[in-house]
Amino acid sequence: MNKDLRRERDSASFNPELLTHVLDGGAERTRRRREIEALVLNDPDFQHEDLNFLSRSQRYEEAIRKSALMVVKLREYGIADPDEIYWFKSCIHCGRPEPLDLHLGMFLPTLLTQATLEQQDRFFMPAWNLEIIGTYAQTEMGHGTHLRGLETTATYDPATQEFILNSPTVTSIKWWPGGLGKTSNHAIVLAQLYTQGQCKGLHAFIVPIRQLGTHEPLPGITVGDIGPKFGYDEMDNGYLKMDNFRIPRENMLMKYAKVEPDGTYVKPVSDKLTYGTMVFIRSLIVGDSARSLSRACTIAIRYSSVRHQSELKPGDPEPQILDYQTQQYKLFPLLATAYAFHFVGAYMKKTYHRITGDINQGDLRQLPELHALTAGLKAFTSWTANAGIEECRMACGGHGYSRCSGLPDIYVTFTPSCTYEGENTVMMLQTARFLIKSYTQVSSGQLVSGMVSYLNDLSGQHIQPQQVAARPTTVHINDPDSLVEAYKLRASRLVEAAAKNLKAELNRRKSQEDAWNRTSVDLVRASEAHCHYVVVKLFTTQLSEINDAAVHAVMNSLCLLYALYGISKHTGDFLQAGILTDAQVTQVYQRVKELLTAIRPNAVALVDAFDFHDNHLGSVLGRYDGNIYENMFEWAKKSPLNKTEVHESFHKHLKPMQAKL
Amino acid sequence: MAAQGKGFQQSQMAQWNRSGYFRSPGSRDVNPDLEAERQTASFSVERLTAILDGGADNTRTRRAVEAVIYSDPGFSRENQYFQSQNERYETAVRKAVYLKEKMHQMGWTEDGPEVKYCYRALGGDLAFNIHRVFKSSILALGTDEQIAKWIPLADKYHIIGTYAQTELGHGTFLRGLETTAIFDISTQEFTLNTPKISAMKWWPGDLGRSATHAVVFAQLYIKGKCYGLHAFILQIRSLRDHSPAPGVIVGDIGPKMNFEHIDNGYLMLQNINIPRENMLSRFSQVLPDGTYMKQGSDKINYLTMIITRVQILWTEVIPMLLKACTIAIRYSVVRRQSKLNPGDPEAKILDYQTQQQKLLPLLATAYAFHFMNGYVNEFYNKGYTEIKQENFDSLPELHALTSGLKAIITEYCTAGAEVCLRACGGHGYSALSGLPFLYTKLAASCTYEGENTVLFLQTARFLVKCLAAVHSGQPIPPSAAYLYSVDSGKCQAWTKMDFLRPDIYGEAYRHRATRLLGNAATKLQALVQSGAEQHEAWNQCTVQLVKAAKAHCHYIVVKNFIDTVEKLRNEAEIQKIVKHLCDLFALHGIFSNTGDFLHAGYISGDQMDMVTASYLDLLAVIRNNAVPLVDAFDFTDESLNSALGSYDGHVYQRLYEWAQKSPTNQQVSQAYARYLKPLFQSALSKL
Repeated sequence: MNKDLRRERDSASFNPELLTHVLDGGAERTRRRREIEALVLNDPDFQHEDLNFLSRSQRYEEAIRKSALMVVKLREYGIADPDEIYWFKSCIHCGRPEPLDLHLGMFLPTLLTQATLEQQDRFFMPAWNLEIIGTYAQTEMGHGTHLRGLETTATYDPATQEFILNSPTVTSIKWWPGGLGKTSNHAIVLAQLYTQGQCKGLHAFIVPIRQLGTHEPLPGITVGDIGPKFGYDEMDNGYLKMDNFRIPRENMLMKYAKVEPDGTYVKPVSDKLTYGTMVFIRSLIVGDSARSLSRACTIAIRYSSVRHQSELKPGDPEPQILDYQTQQYKLFPLLATAYAFHFVGAYMKKTYHRITGDINQGDLRQLPELHALTAGLKAFTSWTANAGIEECRMACGGHGYSRCSGLPDIYVTFTPSCTYEGENTVMMLQTARFLIKSYTQVSSGQLVSGMVSYLNDLSGQHIQPQQVAARPTTVHINDPDSLVEAYKLRASRLVEAAAKNLKAELNRRKSQEDAWNRTSVDLVRASEAHCHYVVVKLFTTQLSEINDAAVHAVMNSLCLLYALYGISKHTGDFLQAGILTDAQVTQVYQRVKELLTAIRPNAVALVDAFDFHDNHLGSVLGRYDGNIYENMFEWAKKSPLNKTEVHESFHKHLKPMQAKL
Repeated sequence: MAAQGKGFQQSQMAQWNRSGYFRSPGSRDVNPDLEAERQTASFSVERLTAILDGGADNTRTRRAVEAVIYSDPGFSRENQYFQSQNERYETAVRKAVYLKEKMHQMGWTEDGPEVKYCYRALGGDLAFNIHRVFKSSILALGTDEQIAKWIPLADKYHIIGTYAQTELGHGTFLRGLETTAIFDISTQEFTLNTPKISAMKWWPGDLGRSATHAVVFAQLYIKGKCYGLHAFILQIRSLRDHSPAPGVIVGDIGPKMNFEHIDNGYLMLQNINIPRENMLSRFSQVLPDGTYMKQGSDKINYLTMIITRVQILWTEVIPMLLKACTIAIRYSVVRRQSKLNPGDPEAKILDYQTQQQKLLPLLATAYAFHFMNGYVNEFYNKGYTEIKQENFDSLPELHALTSGLKAIITEYCTAGAEVCLRACGGHGYSALSGLPFLYTKLAASCTYEGENTVLFLQTARFLVKCLAAVHSGQPIPPSAAYLYSVDSGKCQAWTKMDFLRPDIYGEAYRHRATRLLGNAATKLQALVQSGAEQHEAWNQCTVQLVKAAKAHCHYIVVKNFIDTVEKLRNEAEIQKIVKHLCDLFALHGIFSNTGDFLHAGYISGDQMDMVTASYLDLLAVIRNNAVPLVDAFDFTDESLNSALGSYDGHVYQRLYEWAQKSPTNQQVSQAYARYLKPLFQSALSKL
């Protein structure tokens, strides 16, 4: 092992293994996770060439191979628990997407929740056995966010008892669904249902798209891959165009809404459970934000303790770049953020399970609120992680730009989560809508509960400018609980400001919608402040659940750093609202720098505790043993450009030109 | 089967075209949503283009060059997004060679006005960028004889050069480079060596597969004594068969985030002997008897880096942000999503305030940097002339200014391109949008040619010295002269309209820059006085110093923008819109850094609310000219190479047609036969 890394590990003040247990949710779960990962790591069938040297088609093919194998092995090993499946899968694909994601994550679950028993009989087992591979085709070229605007039509023909599916315009072509381009032979298609001459809105239909046996597209179906993307090389995101394509009436998913043989439409009973699914998916994205940022931090922090550059003191050997204050300032707040988001993800998942745990006894009344609030958290964490991963890459200097660092791959894989499953700005505005609603409720004298209950502090008060600001506050910058209060005040101040601006716009006789649009920058700010508060609060709460004193001490520093760094980046909000004074802000800046120094000796142990296997990191710079330079050279030798000593372009282009000039 | 698939697609397309399903993107009919935006321009786009080009004559020349380049299929960028690393490299070499021929054929010379437009048109497509750095390093550091010997060879591509400075283990810290060049008096030769793996040259462009020669930086040793870094010219590949020279191990460093057309390389040297004349000797030389002679500044090695920094700003950095804005803004008036008012058609996404807030400040930034670039070039040309005449007085300022501006411009452009990418939603993530390409190119600029944090600290070091000079009443260089002026203490704005006054916001930026620098310097001094060693005190203040340097650069950019608006006084319409952009750029900076301006009470809470109000008002004003303002950049569709950003706005048709060309749709993948077919077989009987 590289001597710098060894020294870093020896000097840690806590046992990273114990922190790993905290992250996993217990020692037993850590053990089981490693056991499952070992099944993949020790299996020669899952090994392959470095993906960085493969073309997109090759990467797709490799992913398909592993996915097919994965399904077989999961069943062979009897792994069925969702968390365990997740561990197995992410170890195989190293956190990258794979062509069966939509089949496993959307097609099968949608069959389970929206298909009738008869439909499940027809489709579920073949799909379970991968004889049918399906995808979920919702997004169209012209519509993503605004679902009601989708243009694909499904027109019922009572004469033949069929639906006729059409893509009437170029913008209505289904675009983006994963696994659609090359892999799937079926799709659940969302289309506007027309029956008896009336549009009944969006419904889901099971549509066969490729011929079983030959895999050729069926007549009336045009299907293909949408081409190269920023990342997602292994995923065949596809397009689908349908021309008078007929499917039997029984292919509409009819557990809730129905079309009778004569074309009579039967309305669905309202269904809060779809909120549940979305909350669950958002909790996954928050978890993914935490993991992706953790991986990036692991790479950047290990590399920064191996890399030596310049001099701090004239005449001394070159220091580890992690000893520079500017480097610590880039990386340690991100490290703290990765931990914070981990706890937020765990909280969301737990809450989701608590609420939906037993559908009969579960209190589903909380779901709409949870749905509204988690929209913002999805946006907040994915934006922050997205920027953080790039910070980590740039903190690795030029070498971070090489794909051997693994960082470009983490970034391009993660960044679409800012737009998929709800575009982030739209998500922030959803949360804002809930915040404004709660604020209005409080203003009219009613109390609100849950994460927005801080708005109750405004109740009974006549709302005036600077009302929140005027309240005397004493913020103790070394006390996490006091910082939670500071964030709470900031959030209420910004929610209040947005609500007032909204009202002012309305008073200018603008329509509700116009006023909302003209206030949306303020509204997004309010949502961000709310989410920031929730994250600080959850991190702080987590501290009390850590028993080991040494681990507690270091996590306390990280929590403080997270909270204080956030203040230092938004001093304007805290100053303008009178939550902090100029002098306190100066103290916050100073305290942040002290915390950097405090965390420095534990930085490597803190990323070791994330417990990523080298295989999963996929980074020469982030190797556990720190032997970076020799392995960069070994890696580079495999570059496709190095296949021959003299590249063919010399003979083709260079030599003839030299002769001419 | 591939051909069959293709045939099907084509006939299908033809059929859809006939039925009016697609309008052909080739024709000049423009998407009405985009056309409407152009009807309402408050100024002449053509006139603004001429101003941006530095005169209508330049616009004419540029367009003439672009017409030649883009009408030539040899320069087609059609398949760019579908190519492998190998293919992109080969295409880049082919195009670079072809451009040479084309220029010859057109009678465009290396020092003619057309060259820069060729590079603008083909930026990011050509090999041999570092070949140009190789030449400029010889021109800057070589003697007249050396220039006479090497430059003609390089001009004719009889040799291809690279500039080998960075090593595996060292980038930022030049003095730490480990390659050695030992002078042997008996043979009158230098022997170059790579003593260990971390000393391998790593990253130089054109080195991996193309270069025959390299300017190599190495520690010079004479009679056992080290004289520091010097530059040497050596041959690394045979001119006959291109094989590596004996003792040379050279290759490509592997795939990167972008720049796959460039063969960034590694180079290991084992006892390579070169004649004494191959050391670049304008500023220092080794005499035959081993005597070391030096003339000029220690900082002279920075000269090539300064040149490169200035060049990349206008070739590789600023235009990328202009392009990203063009794509995102045009797409945002074509894309309609959700409704602003019930019953209305879906709204253009640029009508959403949040979308305006993402894109319009970037548009203002693009203009700010474009104008800044003009200033930097002027400043640089003056300094460069002086330095070549061995007057080094302006070097520290030139170095500090170009360092800081390179850092702030690359940082903002990179972040900006990413915002553009995400502002285009899912489609921005498609390679066919062109935005991933622009972003990943820009992303490299934050670390190459000087890591940004290091560069900011160099600017900070210069500023701290300037501040000390102010305190001791000495003269200071012009770019920091503002440190001398007296602070008014409080912002003088009374209404939100006051924040549209350049004197008001200019002063706010000046105040912030002065205050942050003052604080950092005071802290530094306090630490030293309390007994901390100088270097430790410096390290303890670096976060603050970086912040101060950024505030300084930000002020310089705002100031230059204000001056530019001033100079447009004979162009009323243009001045008006550019003034709006200047206001927006300035207010966006305050809005995004409220704490810096509120702290110490320069701007009060009430004034900050005015800033916000003015800022949001400006978004709506610029909204109406957004498309004409990006049209004025005058990028051709070929140069944008984006399915989302083309002039005619036929976004969806283009996306669909381009996707057809993807190799994944043209080639047969084994995936089905090998892995899927076995799975599907048994379904046949059951469905």
